[in-house]
Amino acid sequence: MTAVIATSGLTKRFGRTNAVSDATFEVAEHSICGLLGRNGAGKSTLMNLISGQEFASSGEVAVFGENPVENAPVLARTCFIKESQAYPEGFKGKHALRAASWIFPHWDHELAAELVDEFSVPMDRLIKKMSRGQRSAVGVVIGIAARADLTIFDEPYAGLDAVARQLFYDRLLQDYSQHPRTILMSTHLIDEVADLLDHVVVIDNGRLIMNESADELRGTATTLAGKHSEVQRFAEGRDVLAWDALGGLATVTIVGLTDDERREALEAGLEASPVSLQQLIIGRTRGNQREENAS
Amino acid sequence: MDDDRPIFLQIAEQIEGQIIDGSMPEETQVPSINALAAFHRINPATALKGVNRLVDTGVLYKRRGIGMFVAEGARAALVAQRRDSFRSEYVRPLVAEANRLAIGGEALVDMIRQEAAK
Repeated sequence: MTAVIATSGLTKRFGRTNAVSDATFEVAEHSICGLLGRNGAGKSTLMNLISGQEFASSGEVAVFGENPVENAPVLARTCFIKESQAYPEGFKGKHALRAASWIFPHWDHELAAELVDEFSVPMDRLIKKMSRGQRSAVGVVIGIAARADLTIFDEPYAGLDAVARQLFYDRLLQDYSQHPRTILMSTHLIDEVADLLDHVVVIDNGRLIMNESADELRGTATTLAGKHSEVQRFAEGRDVLAWDALGGLATVTIVGLTDDERREALEAGLEASPVSLQQLIIGRTRGNQREENAS
Repeated sequence: MDDDRPIFLQIAEQIEGQIIDGSMPEETQVPSINALAAFHRINPATALKGVNRLVDTGVLYKRRGIGMFVAEGARAALVAQRRDSFRSEYVRPLVAEANRLAIGGEALVDMIRQEAAK
């Protein structure tokens, strides 16, 4: 596996806060990696470090094997789409797309025209007069049509409705299948993108708390429901993400149940249900906060 | 995909299911990786992993430059395999539930006979 992004002990301090703290992870070539976490967890800072827009306080980041800061050959292969993208005064939709077509060597004009049509991007409107959804659509069209070797999307969907978001996922997947590239995407809508991801990085308070293949994460947690005493018996000595009880009934979300144990639980009259990636991450990030409050 | 087991397993099981129920006969071509990925809205690498699993177990085979095909004898092998796990996956939970409801062994067998005769 070739790593397109590799960080080691990467840290970014703003004053006394660590926005990103000792982050070490890799993103393999041609993978779709989800960068997930709560607001203010450090996702955007991490993306800014990877795209060379911020200097690291300590630690290292390598993109295509090199430091991305002021590195023209690396940045020419990188496309960074973010919600807060600023455009030059007086720029219309068509200007943004034309500029992108000059910058990105693999730019596909035909694809861009199709996407502009599908997302109804108003090419002749000033970008500052566009709605949030229309501005996001400009970013999404550029992100897909640029076919950059490394494409970074920082919450690209702001203001896009459910139909437009589905269109974005479908078109991204379709073009990625034909022209594989490395994609790093941050999002809150975890369940919407879960099936697209092959790797998941979760950041919480600037620290990485998960860095795993999406397939391994799926099915790692199970929710058991049933008689209080039986549920308790199964939960004992395990990694418990959530616990709830009501009278004689209880539910518990636990990690690492084997197939045999699962069968045993069913035979004991418990109901087992899967835990979505989103629920798993909520459980993990909430758990960390609890620990902090306790200490 | 619907539940939260690894998606590549679900892809493999779905293709197996189609081979068992006859909608994908032996020697027919399996949809391409990209078609599977687009249809299920999943990462193509995941679709590939599911299909490769079936290649490893000999259910599918590769014709270079053309695609994946259902192997001869695949259906019989899959049916045998599913029969092996039938007892633990279906019969045991059935008996456990019957016990909870105090349905005796004889009554349960009668019920199964009646259903099978329908």
